[in-house]
Amino acid sequence: MNAAATDVLSVRDLSKSYSELVAVDHVSFDVARNEILGLLGPNGAGKTTIINTVLGVLAPMSGSIRIAGIDVARRRSAALERANFAAVYATLPGNLTVAQNLRIFGLIYGVRDLAPRIETLLEQFELARFSDTKCGVLSSGEQTRVGLAKALLNRPELLLLDEPTAWLDPSAAQIVRERIRRLARDENCGILWTSHNMHEVEEVCDRVLFLSHGKILLAGDPRVLPSEHGAATLEELFIHFAREPLAPSAGSTR
Amino acid sequence: MNARPIAGIVLRQLYLMRGSPVRVVPLFAWVAIDIVLWGFITRYLNSVSAAGVDFVPTLLGAVLLWDFFIRIMQGVTTAFLEDVWSRNFLNLFATPLSIAEYVTGLVITSIATSLIGLSVMLTLATLVFGLPFFQLGLLLVPFLLVLFCFGIALGIFASAVVLRLGPASEWLIWPMPALISPFVGVFYPLSTLPAWMRDVGYALPPSYVFEGMRAVINGQTFLAEQLAWGVVLAIVQIVLAGYVFSRVYRHVVRTGLLARYSAETVT
Repeated sequence: MNAAATDVLSVRDLSKSYSELVAVDHVSFDVARNEILGLLGPNGAGKTTIINTVLGVLAPMSGSIRIAGIDVARRRSAALERANFAAVYATLPGNLTVAQNLRIFGLIYGVRDLAPRIETLLEQFELARFSDTKCGVLSSGEQTRVGLAKALLNRPELLLLDEPTAWLDPSAAQIVRERIRRLARDENCGILWTSHNMHEVEEVCDRVLFLSHGKILLAGDPRVLPSEHGAATLEELFIHFAREPLAPSAGSTR
Repeated sequence: MNARPIAGIVLRQLYLMRGSPVRVVPLFAWVAIDIVLWGFITRYLNSVSAAGVDFVPTLLGAVLLWDFFIRIMQGVTTAFLEDVWSRNFLNLFATPLSIAEYVTGLVITSIATSLIGLSVMLTLATLVFGLPFFQLGLLLVPFLLVLFCFGIALGIFASAVVLRLGPASEWLIWPMPALISPFVGVFYPLSTLPAWMRDVGYALPPSYVFEGMRAVINGQTFLAEQLAWGVVLAIVQIVLAGYVFSRVYRHVVRTGLLARYSAETVT
């Protein structure tokens, strides 16, 4: 099987600018099935811009994005049927209950056998007792779990997680990390994960991309990268390149 | 277009109304107040005017039709604003949902909510104030159709304005019906207006409804082709409003306004 067939996300030469500000600068990368790719970088590095372009809510200036081989620009709906996302800044409407939100988004994603799917996810994320509770009154950690349940409704081939554990306590974060790892391993899903928690990244991600000023500076195994670049830990490496960016790596990241 | 995502948008509004009486009350409260207020005004006018003059069909009938149009328009915009208020654009537009499916969901929602208002108005106006609404006969169908289509068009256009200018522009859309009302002759013939206002009125479909309604009630010649022109205008304006909305959507996706909308950073 060639690389293209196993890639669930393929980003080529992606660029996005806001007036004079270059947010993403000719970025190319892939996410394979069963792979968790970490997207790292300081605030304003371009991580969320990349996620928004993949989700079709932000149009790139140039470049192409394919989800499971489908061009997002040409066949947006077909591509997004195969993807889903969760982000701390995109909580579900607080004036609807957990079950109502999941039902609505299940319909929008065209999920078959929706009722049992919702039941399963409520159990998986320990949300069954909040089923009839309005999302707005849940704690931030509980809202994060609802967002993750929504993100798995359509059994996505590509899952985009923007700081998914930022609002979770360490115990809940650990459970979520395990669940996401299992998802990537067992359900043929590719995951793009952003986080500022370097320990989490080392634990979860198979591969990472370091972004700065919209460019990929570094790519590789998060457990090996620090020693390759003379740093003791991934966090030290992060701080180093965030303050003194390395020269951009040339060419593709795979 | 797929029916399931459309059902999702409609179901959202039903859930919101079921869980919140403050969303249900406005569906009938304002129209009921309008009918009661204008009902008594028409009764008073009947009592002080020359014998034989009946203001009920012309004034109260006009209020009922105009309120129906406003309910339709606000049905679309309120359903849209629910996504603004709950900062839901990112969740919604990062799904397979197409713009056509989203707008169709808003329109179906509006039909459901405005029918509640229409039923309340008809009941009050006919039972309490004796409005001979059905005197208009089968013409009611095209009259309501024109107002429905124009309400949908204006609702989609108003939603596009908020999408483009940001949440703070909400206040711009509520007075839209009031701005239009002087031009369409809700309570007076278009001939009353100065020439330039009359010309604007001819471009607005409700003008043909109110002119037609008065012609029927006063036993004058009713020009069916004029009403047909109103239908055509209203349908063209729906298409135009849909085009404007999709253009605005493309603009906010291109500029990044949609992705940042949830953070209320749009200026």
